[in-house]
Amino acid sequence: MNIYTADETKKEARNAPAEDVVRHDAEPVNSAKIRKPLYEARKKIFPKRAEGRFRQFKWIVMLVTLGIYYLGPWIRWDRGSFAPDQAILIDLAHRRFYFFFIEIWPQEFFFVAGLLVMAGFGLFLITSAVGRAWCGYTCPQTVWVDLFLVVERFIEGDRNQRIKLDKAPWSFEKVWKRVSKHAIWLAIGVSTGGAWIFYFADAPQLLLDLWTFQAPAVAYMTIGILTGTTYVFGGLMREQVCTYMCPWPRIQGAMLDENSLTVTYNDWRGEPRTHGTKKAASEGKVAGDCVDCNACVVVCPMGIDIRDGQQLECITCALCIDACDGVMDKLGRDKGLISYATLADYNANMALATGNGAHAINPNIVRDADGHFHDKVKHFNWKIIFRARTLLYMGVWAAVGIGLLVALLSRDRLEVNVLHDRNPQFVMESDGSIRNGFTVRILNMIPEPRVINLSIDGLEGATMKINGMDQPDSRSFDIPADPDKAVTLKVYVTVPRNQLHDDEQHFRFVAEDKSSNEHDVYKAVFNAPADVKNREHH
Amino acid sequence: MADKHVDELSGVETTGHVWDGIRELNNPLPRWWVWTFYACILWAIGYTVFYPAWPLLTTNTKGVLNVTNRSVLKDELTAAKGAQKIYVDKIAAMPVADIIKDKSLSEFATAAGAAAFKVNCTPCHGSGAQGGIGYPNLNDNDWLWGGSADQIYTTISHGIRDPQDPDTRVSQMPNFGEILKPEEIQNVAAYVAEQSKQPVTTGNPAAGKEVFANNCAACHGDQAQGNRDLGAPNLTDAIWLYGSGEAAIIAQATKPRHGVMPAWKVRLGDTTVKELAVFVHSLGGGE
Repeated sequence: MNIYTADETKKEARNAPAEDVVRHDAEPVNSAKIRKPLYEARKKIFPKRAEGRFRQFKWIVMLVTLGIYYLGPWIRWDRGSFAPDQAILIDLAHRRFYFFFIEIWPQEFFFVAGLLVMAGFGLFLITSAVGRAWCGYTCPQTVWVDLFLVVERFIEGDRNQRIKLDKAPWSFEKVWKRVSKHAIWLAIGVSTGGAWIFYFADAPQLLLDLWTFQAPAVAYMTIGILTGTTYVFGGLMREQVCTYMCPWPRIQGAMLDENSLTVTYNDWRGEPRTHGTKKAASEGKVAGDCVDCNACVVVCPMGIDIRDGQQLECITCALCIDACDGVMDKLGRDKGLISYATLADYNANMALATGNGAHAINPNIVRDADGHFHDKVKHFNWKIIFRARTLLYMGVWAAVGIGLLVALLSRDRLEVNVLHDRNPQFVMESDGSIRNGFTVRILNMIPEPRVINLSIDGLEGATMKINGMDQPDSRSFDIPADPDKAVTLKVYVTVPRNQLHDDEQHFRFVAEDKSSNEHDVYKAVFNAPADVKNREHH
Repeated sequence: MADKHVDELSGVETTGHVWDGIRELNNPLPRWWVWTFYACILWAIGYTVFYPAWPLLTTNTKGVLNVTNRSVLKDELTAAKGAQKIYVDKIAAMPVADIIKDKSLSEFATAAGAAAFKVNCTPCHGSGAQGGIGYPNLNDNDWLWGGSADQIYTTISHGIRDPQDPDTRVSQMPNFGEILKPEEIQNVAAYVAEQSKQPVTTGNPAAGKEVFANNCAACHGDQAQGNRDLGAPNLTDAIWLYGSGEAAIIAQATKPRHGVMPAWKVRLGDTTVKELAVFVHSLGGGE
């Protein structure tokens, strides 16, 4: 079944006079008719509240995204007594990033880089499949503007009341409404900035510190800056941010193709726009489905007219679809005069309606005598999302994701890094034995104290001496490692003269947690004087 | 523009600029953008008032904040010095042996000593403290004056054969070229070479043994094992300050060379010398 088919219960309303539909007075902000040269003030936009499927979906997205953002830092996650119990924490001071059961050290930042690669390919995938869905549904700018509009509508009313209030002279009512609107906006701004900083420190403690003015100055400054940006971008600038400040609308044009779904005005069935349908009928004129009510223009948060075609300003929030579907439903006509459609389908339908461009649009051609759409009319089809291009993006996206997952599950939580002294490369001791110096770093990457055994594998006759360890020379040392810390050791390896066979002998440092059998190995080289082989023969 | 050109498709006026038939639409700039531009100009003017900006003939304008990169660096260095104070004060108050036992103090002192070593000691001892002919290698476990932290500290403090320090370490090997016959020196060199398991080619070790007992054992010991109290090197080991082999031993016995190290305490202060001692002690040969 086509989701755009008219509501059967309202079929009797078919061909109801369009004069019954309220006609809004609206002019799109980017109309060439009202443009001035050089520079111009922002044209105020008063988006009307829309109702429908997409609006419902956007409310859910808003609830989920804002919920994650504001509540995220408050989720607790027990990691024992040696690590913070905050589920999501970016601990810059200690250079650790916690995400539920995952802890990332700075050298594991490639996981974050991998997530960014996935985010990039995710955007390519979404954009090539359903156009600017990121902009229309999930971009923080869109979500916060939506939230600010909820406040604005609650205090000042819907579009017409807001326009009236805006034009009205200053009065007690206007001052009261304006002050409370901006106060709530600022409060949202403060809580937005506040939520941000909770990701970087223990949230309950930081909240207490903020309240008692004990928090670091940078916390207050960050809240201040984010309050300002949230208030200015969400309350005052809104669509200006998308149109003039954001680079994304200009980039993603390159990612759309003729099979990408974008919000489209189907003028092959809408034109010619006819508000006075009775008059047109009496004059025997052709009338398209568009009744020129401007409902699509007044709900648009960008203040544009989708009927002018695809435009840079359009964030594809689909509210015009909801508005138009409401009108079509009322008139008993098929929904989807404005719909998600591909350029390929649109072009095919346009060719049908214009006789391959031979004449002006005649919407009667696309329907049969019963008012049903012609078989040749192309409709929205989910299958178009799964095509070579999007499958390729999905493949790359999934491959990076699987790679990251494998890396995450197989990563070591015990590591040993070794730096061989280069100056001097080796030292002769008084008994003629040769000593090499190494800086050994043992990384205990779990929030538990451990005893790590460091030993030499190979290099017969060699013993280790470790600065600061109260233990005689040995081939094996037990190193106490603090939880979630790296231990740096100065290790001297000595080989007796009679055990030296080469000026370059290979051996391995083995770090092992005997209780969990976790271990890591470093392949090292023992250097000796170049004449060591000759001396052996004396 | 004399005649306005309006783009047919968009209905927007063009700027009048044409490149290969392509015209530029004259879409208006948002007004807030123009304001931002003016705000940037104001910011730039404010910057020149507060910070050094305009070049003058011999100098430049200083700005009312009177900030320079040099003054910023000075503040940062002062702050860094202040942060180090807790360690430096403790080091000043503690004996070297105790500093080594304190983990965080010995880490700090080793790093500070390494820095001081690079500046003051590398010309003779080398950047890796590996020494050279006549300059002791500080990495090995052979010590003329002792390898404990306190002994190293004393050596660095007062130097070796520094005429200006009454407590300096002094040892003086006689010019045996004026006392012994060349043949006796050759034989004693053979004996010493044999003691340190070096090949003997020219002299007679058996004859040299008696020469050694009569002339050398007083300082170097009966077994040629050396004597740290006198700064007399151990002649049985593998480490030779002026080179190994009979020829080098003959040269050193005939007309000994003696190195000089200045007393560093008066130059660097007690704390830095302690840090140097901790660093040298950490190089692997410390006792």
